[in-house]
Amino acid sequence: MSAKTLMRGTHVLGEAAIRSGCRAYFGYPITPQNELPEYMSSAFAKMPDAVFVQAESELASINMVIGASCTGARVMTSSSSPGVSLKQEGISYLAAMELPAVIVNMMRGGPGLGNIAPAQSDYFQATRGGGHGDYRVIVLAPAYGQEIADMTRQAFDLADKYRTPVMILGDGMMGQMMEPVIFPDPVDVNALPAKDWALTGAKDRPSRIIRSLWLDPPKEEELNWRLVRKYEVITEDITDQEIYLCDDAEIVIVAYGTAARIAKGAVHRVRSQGVKAGLYRPKTLWPFPSHELAAMSKDLHHILVFEMSAGQMVEDVRLSVEGRCPVSFYGRPGGVVSTPEEIAGVLNSLGANVVKKSA
Amino acid sequence: MKKIFSRPKSLKDVPFHYCPGCGHSVIHRLVCEVIDELGIQDNCIGVPPAGCAVLAYNYFDVDMCEAPHGRAAAVATGIKRMLPDRVVFTYQGDGDIAAIGTAETIHAANRGERVTSIFVNNAVYGMTGGQMAPTTLPGQVTTTSPGGRSPLRDGNPLDLSAMLALAAGSVYIERTTVANPKGVNRTKKAIRKAFQVQMEDKGFSLVEILSPCPTNWKMTPTASIHWVEETMSKIFPIQVIKDVA
Repeated sequence: MSAKTLMRGTHVLGEAAIRSGCRAYFGYPITPQNELPEYMSSAFAKMPDAVFVQAESELASINMVIGASCTGARVMTSSSSPGVSLKQEGISYLAAMELPAVIVNMMRGGPGLGNIAPAQSDYFQATRGGGHGDYRVIVLAPAYGQEIADMTRQAFDLADKYRTPVMILGDGMMGQMMEPVIFPDPVDVNALPAKDWALTGAKDRPSRIIRSLWLDPPKEEELNWRLVRKYEVITEDITDQEIYLCDDAEIVIVAYGTAARIAKGAVHRVRSQGVKAGLYRPKTLWPFPSHELAAMSKDLHHILVFEMSAGQMVEDVRLSVEGRCPVSFYGRPGGVVSTPEEIAGVLNSLGANVVKKSA
Repeated sequence: MKKIFSRPKSLKDVPFHYCPGCGHSVIHRLVCEVIDELGIQDNCIGVPPAGCAVLAYNYFDVDMCEAPHGRAAAVATGIKRMLPDRVVFTYQGDGDIAAIGTAETIHAANRGERVTSIFVNNAVYGMTGGQMAPTTLPGQVTTTSPGGRSPLRDGNPLDLSAMLALAAGSVYIERTTVANPKGVNRTKKAIRKAFQVQMEDKGFSLVEILSPCPTNWKMTPTASIHWVEETMSKIFPIQVIKDVA
């Protein structure tokens, strides 16, 4: 473990990646995450076995990720919303070729060029695959500086374990904010499990092929079902959430990442005013932690979903709750960040309705 | 009896799927002969394209990673940067390298990536059925230029190799053909040199090979060979385009 250090989110992510054995970074500048490639370039300059390339485009950078991942290296790229759209081609190929990689999206306002303010409007893109074809990407949603460090380690481990791309979904605020963090000890890169599929030159073994083309439909179908089975195992193994003050709650707010921190502030405020509110914070967005939410929903008066978007995760909440309790949505898209007071106001108005209904 | 000709060791013993008269089979063989002669079969990683040669990994008995359409130079960059002592090559058609992959190729060349590109130019999109390519000749009839390529409307053929020669990081670029025996010999020498330039850590190397496509040109294999020699090579002259190795 490291000493406790005060660092901004992007730097935490970079340091955690290096301590997780990441030895290759490929990227293209875009605000608000430039401090991450800058951190990687400075750190890797002092590490002779590590590779930093500033690519000519997001397309090139994700395809360099494919190349580096083929060789068995732990590799990462990062960007923000418009840049992650451009990377989707390569992410689909990574999924099809069953190659591990870590992709960071520090989301900003969209659609289009949008703006550079923090937002959560890429939830659909992140959790539904994002590119073409039947595939999913593991999506981890940190909310705190310490969680950025821990989830970055987890992201590299999961990517290798399941041979699949993993996305860390943050936002512009999380990337900029400085928080205290303690890093786990660095992994010994040479002690990581060997990758018996990697391309290293066919020395003393048959040649290997890493591909995504299966012209024969039954073979392509076989790949798809293999991916589905893998995704079922992942769903079983890794779904995770924080359940906060929900034991006696009548209203639960569901939020992730930065929005969840705002929501937590709102929960504290309304509890002091007598509203029994709690927070359900998904830490994995795909797979979505449905089970616990479904279980608690039958005892709830109301679920409020709060996102820094026009309403995306709310669909997964409704799919989980299946009508067991009313689900409403409050969101601020376009890079607007709500205050805890604002969300407390929404919870209070719902709380008043709940009281009215029970009376 | 002395055996004087056999299949290269790094070429798998399977029938080619390529059309009769297509240049890919010959070029595959030449690349494999060079791999054998340089003794790099177990130290070599290839990157096939999207296009007719997408199935190149069925023939090359070396480690291979398929690239998304046009992105071979970026994939090769990722591989080579991680494993600088391996010999890394891309194998791409003209649509792949000179249209959708132009940016990746130019920047890989400009960075001086120590990779070698085998660029097979047949002036059409072959696998998709003979559409107009960036390299299609003025007046050439394709399925998407039914009245012939009109330079005013469709632009002129793109000379990617000449563009790459301007990049500071490119070291050796030669255009050859496999339309005749002399050209085949010259192509092999060029491929060998391109690999050697990479192995000497000098920079980016590329061999552009004019290659017949009888199926999509709607010509006999013999007429296709003549078309390469008499028409295509007027626009794309057979020559060393850059050699600062």
